Amino acid sequence: MSDPAGVAEAPRNYTKKDFESDQDVRWCPGCGDYAILSAAQKMMPDLGIPREDIVFISGIGCSSRFPYYMNTYGFHTIHGRAPAIATGLRLARPDLKVFVVTGDGDGLSIGGNHLLHVIRRNVNVTVLLFNNKVYGLTKGQYSPTSELGKVTKSTPMGSADRPVSPCAFALGAGATFVARTVDRNIAHMEETIKRAARHHGAGFVEILQNCNVYNDLAWNILYDRESKITHELKLEHGKPLLFGPVDDRHGLVLEGAKPRVVKVREVPESTLWVHDETDPWKAHILAQLAEPDFPIPIGVLQRVEGPVYEELLLEQERKAIADRGPGDLAALLVSGDTWRIG
Amino acid sequence: MGETVAPAVAVQKQRRQLDRAVVRFAGDSGDGMQVTGEQFTIEAAWAGADLATLPNFPAEIRAPAGTLFGVSSFQLQFGSCRIYTPGDRLDCLVAMNPAALKVHVGDLKEGGLLIVNTDTFEKKNLDRAGYPANPLDDPALAQRYRLHKVGITRLTMEALEGLPLNIREKERCKNFFALGLVSWIYTRPIEPTLSWIAKRFGKSETLADANIRALKAGFHFGETAELFTECYGIEPAEMAPGLYRSMTGNRALAWGLLAAAERTKLSVVYGAYPITPASDILHELSHYKRFRIRTMQAEDEIAAVGAVIGAAFGGAIGVCATSGPGMALKAEGINLAVMAELPIVVFDIQRGGPSTGLPTKTEQADLLQALYGRNSESPVVVLAPMTPGDCFFIAYEAIRIAVKYMVPVIVLSDGFLANGAEPWLIPDPKTLPDIPVNFRTDPAGFFPYVRDEATLARPWVRPGTPGLEHRIGGLEKEHITGNVSYDAENHDLMVRLRAEKVRRVAQEIPPTTVYGPAMGDLLVVGWGSSYGTITAAVEAAQQEGKPVASLHLRYMNPLPPDLGQILRQYRRILVPEVNSGQLVRVIRAEYLVDAVGFNRVRGLPLQTQEVREAIDQMLEDKQMLEDKR
Ligand code: SF4
Repeated sequence: MSDPAGVAEAPRNYTKKDFESDQDVRWCPGCGDYAILSAAQKMMPDLGIPREDIVFISGIGCSSRFPYYMNTYGFHTIHGRAPAIATGLRLARPDLKVFVVTGDGDGLSIGGNHLLHVIRRNVNVTVLLFNNKVYGLTKGQYSPTSELGKVTKSTPMGSADRPVSPCAFALGAGATFVARTVDRNIAHMEETIKRAARHHGAGFVEILQNCNVYNDLAWNILYDRESKITHELKLEHGKPLLFGPVDDRHGLVLEGAKPRVVKVREVPESTLWVHDETDPWKAHILAQLAEPDFPIPIGVLQRVEGPVYEELLLEQERKAIADRGPGDLAALLVSGDTWRIG
Repeated sequence: MGETVAPAVAVQKQRRQLDRAVVRFAGDSGDGMQVTGEQFTIEAAWAGADLATLPNFPAEIRAPAGTLFGVSSFQLQFGSCRIYTPGDRLDCLVAMNPAALKVHVGDLKEGGLLIVNTDTFEKKNLDRAGYPANPLDDPALAQRYRLHKVGITRLTMEALEGLPLNIREKERCKNFFALGLVSWIYTRPIEPTLSWIAKRFGKSETLADANIRALKAGFHFGETAELFTECYGIEPAEMAPGLYRSMTGNRALAWGLLAAAERTKLSVVYGAYPITPASDILHELSHYKRFRIRTMQAEDEIAAVGAVIGAAFGGAIGVCATSGPGMALKAEGINLAVMAELPIVVFDIQRGGPSTGLPTKTEQADLLQALYGRNSESPVVVLAPMTPGDCFFIAYEAIRIAVKYMVPVIVLSDGFLANGAEPWLIPDPKTLPDIPVNFRTDPAGFFPYVRDEATLARPWVRPGTPGLEHRIGGLEKEHITGNVSYDAENHDLMVRLRAEKVRRVAQEIPPTTVYGPAMGDLLVVGWGSSYGTITAAVEAAQQEGKPVASLHLRYMNPLPPDLGQILRQYRRILVPEVNSGQLVRVIRAEYLVDAVGFNRVRGLPLQTQEVREAIDQMLEDKQMLEDKR
């Protein structure tokens, strides 16, 4: 069984429309999810995978309604468990292209364990984690990515737990592909999701998403025209890490394992940190960059190769069959110690 | 590997014929009692006996040596008649140390054979077992039982003299000495054990030699030592002719899956998180990749059932097994399969609870959980095997029903069935019923929740089928279209449809067999692993002319369609269970009959004798019977 991910099989000529289902989209007007849906639908034809070979699996939460709106196979499952369900599906059907759609609550709170393991096993799935730093569907409690001290319905005096960084979590779990993108940047989203989908192994994408009802403008630092210039660090493989206005470019340098922001014109060009997606050490540093001291990296933090869980298991199956032939129950039943009566 | 014990003059000893015997090997958990028992089982079976076994071991992996809670035992009953249970009281107890004696001697019949390894009866072990003085010095012990004091450790060491092994290695062979001795006492052939040793220790000729020497030394010791004046013969049982093998419940469940995989040509995704006593199914299945069994050791119980649901969505057979608290964790996943109407099978190897409870002990207390233990209206099919070998057929049947009705099926095995063994007449796989798998491929008129008229099953569609792209999920579905629906009437309809679908599985259930008179004073109703005990107790009562019948349920939900009719033919109904009265509640609720429970929850199977007494009690209550006439 061939794996379709990244293999262009002379596809039908799909357009975005082919991936729109007949269901009415039910997110709140103005929700960032609309843009993500649109980007996903738009990039699907480029994957060159027959529509029927694509499955979207989700958990619970606003993000997890996603499969209903994709005209592919889809399964809206239970809270946090989508990675486990996707793993079983891949084990049964390695010929399918499987996406997991989750959120910061679904993926990092109730489903943190499953997310850890789907990444660690490097199951060949594309994980899209919508991070709006709040629980939307349950109407506005703080989430595991909410900043410390977040005042919400459940935390009138501010939350007391520190947030987790989804990308750092993924890298810590041993991810082979980790990226971050923003719902207000359709082109970047399309490109990033596409790259994740073509990755061989678990492709993890954190999508910064706006919940305009319960946590409006949580990512305003990357939306606002001014602050975006000073805070968005676009990662480009082989290029120096630069941000800031054209007339006052800033860059990053590494002093040992410690990053530092510098003014580009004040340092020799050769000292600037040049982005290398294949460097897992530096990816860990990138994932830790956050305001107020640092810009927010957007793009592919890391892309390396790694053994894929279901492929190893299925290789064992192939080998067992090649070595000893397919299973034969009748032979098995009479093998070993038996005795005859009568 | 030659003879090891100097052949003594064979003393002609008397052999007495028995029709059955109950033997228990007991020792430290490091003494190899399980292997000893398993080997004795094979020997007994080879000689044509019918049998049933009861392994019993501590939850601790390496319990401190010599302690009471570290005692491990293996019991079997074998005989020339039909054997239904491992037996209540022992004819023979082998106690390898003081703790084993203390824990088990109370189960030995008066006048029973008591073999003790005297070499372990020293201060340290006596202290650990809580004996203030050596119990072997108490004359009462020898008066009450036929006590044989054997220096098993010393005799083993002597037999192994000259072998290049250290003391510890030699000492570890003592269980085979004990096995050899008991094999002689009950005239069991040691050949199967000899070939087992050769295979097991194939890599080390010295170890193989040592164990063989110990085994033979034990056997010859029985033959020659004046200690033993007689031995026992047990004729082969009258059993259906054919090829047999010893079968445990866990292995039978695993092999049932292999059979279903072979028949359906589908791959099986088996998701499991290690848990006692279900883990052996995972171990067993992991060897059968050739059958396209894909075992996944999941990160937790929830992921295990999740993976299985994902596999079923993908058109494979999804199966998982668990026990105790694991079953609680799977409730959410099972409910997703209920809503999504996907065929999954969950084996619940029931163990003592609640919470962590008694991980290595048996119980039948998950019935109500399987039936009702999930949020909202959550009908699933529930099956229960009645013997270790029956687990094979139940596993196969579970998959057949799951696939045919697109429904989750729970199988209630338990610790007793899981580890217990019986001689199993090997079936011809060709005689197993067919499992038709019809994946929908036709887009004309397709909706995810259109239903088959006879089964109410919705179509099973493999992703990858062009034109049938669709979305399902845990939200309530609109009838036929499968679209998300919050409509009140639709929800009511769907609740009914899901229940009706499970109810229709009743059409798969064969007519119920009643053992004994078709009507009368008393019917004993059982389910699951208590089949053997109940059957033995009822047969004994019937032989005494008591008006009692029994029936045994394998289909717990839905119940057999003829059950109500049968129940009403009897004045009284007794339901023995290893729980506080679960099936009895269901029967009372479903059929409005005055069923009475007999319940013991000790982590052990019920005893034949106590069920016998419960039967007598029910029959003695003349007034009650009269009132019902
Ligand atoms: S609650 Fe927030 S995340 Fe959910 S749909 Fe509305 S805007 Fe979007």
